[in-house]
Amino acid sequence: MSVEVRVPTILRPLTGGEKVVTANGETLAAVVADLDGTYPGISDRLLDDSGLRRFVNIYVNDEDVRFLAGLQTLVADQDAITILPAVAGG
Amino acid sequence: MRIYPLDQDRNFKTTGPPRPLKTGQIYDQGVLRIRADLVAAMVAQARSDHPDESCGVIAGPSGSHRPERFIPMLNAARSPTFYEFDSEDLLALYRQLDNNDEVPVVIYHSHTATEAYPSQTDIALAGEPEAHYVLISTRETGTEDGPFELRSFRIVDGVVSEEPVQIDGAVE
Repeated sequence: MSVEVRVPTILRPLTGGEKVVTANGETLAAVVADLDGTYPGISDRLLDDSGLRRFVNIYVNDEDVRFLAGLQTLVADQDAITILPAVAGG
Repeated sequence: MRIYPLDQDRNFKTTGPPRPLKTGQIYDQGVLRIRADLVAAMVAQARSDHPDESCGVIAGPSGSHRPERFIPMLNAARSPTFYEFDSEDLLALYRQLDNNDEVPVVIYHSHTATEAYPSQTDIALAGEPEAHYVLISTRETGTEDGPFELRSFRIVDGVVSEEPVQIDGAVE
């Protein structure tokens, strides 16, 4: 299961500047774990103890995973995953 | 910096004399240089959305630091103390920017009861190290016309740096 992951500017220092990387896994959680193996530290930027960080958005094929199965969302070969930090503040 | 009209000729205090823009010019770093019509559009939206916070992006060519395309966004939080782009809108926005080879040069939002300075939440959530974060305060005038407060900041790794705003043209 090879998927394409679009990485936002703020996380590109962790991917050697790469905007699009590939990863493997059958669920989003597995993809994030695989990414963290290749780019250590990325998981901590996406997840906290309760799961996906509140102000991080992850989309699988243009669907916000919060409206799918969250980290348990199944991914298929060639799926496109996009990570975007929320644009938010007080 | 605070920008207030100096007199009835609608002159605005800026950091230096406006210079004409050249097409394709790369803006200097360390200053936000922005057209007066874009400033007017942000202020008008902030007044229109008051007392809720208003928000949006001004896109520009990747690497240019030149704000060009005004993209008002809905505040999904519809709150006087918080703003957040809707997650579907956010994805559509970034898809469009990528396709146009644009970046969010300016990310703006309003404060409706406090000064135009990043809050702790703004600082904690700032996710675009290359963006110029513009804050507008409507605390003095609410929905009415009048003097406005608009300031620009870079926010990187929790560190806020204010930068001068140079407005090209007169804000109508």
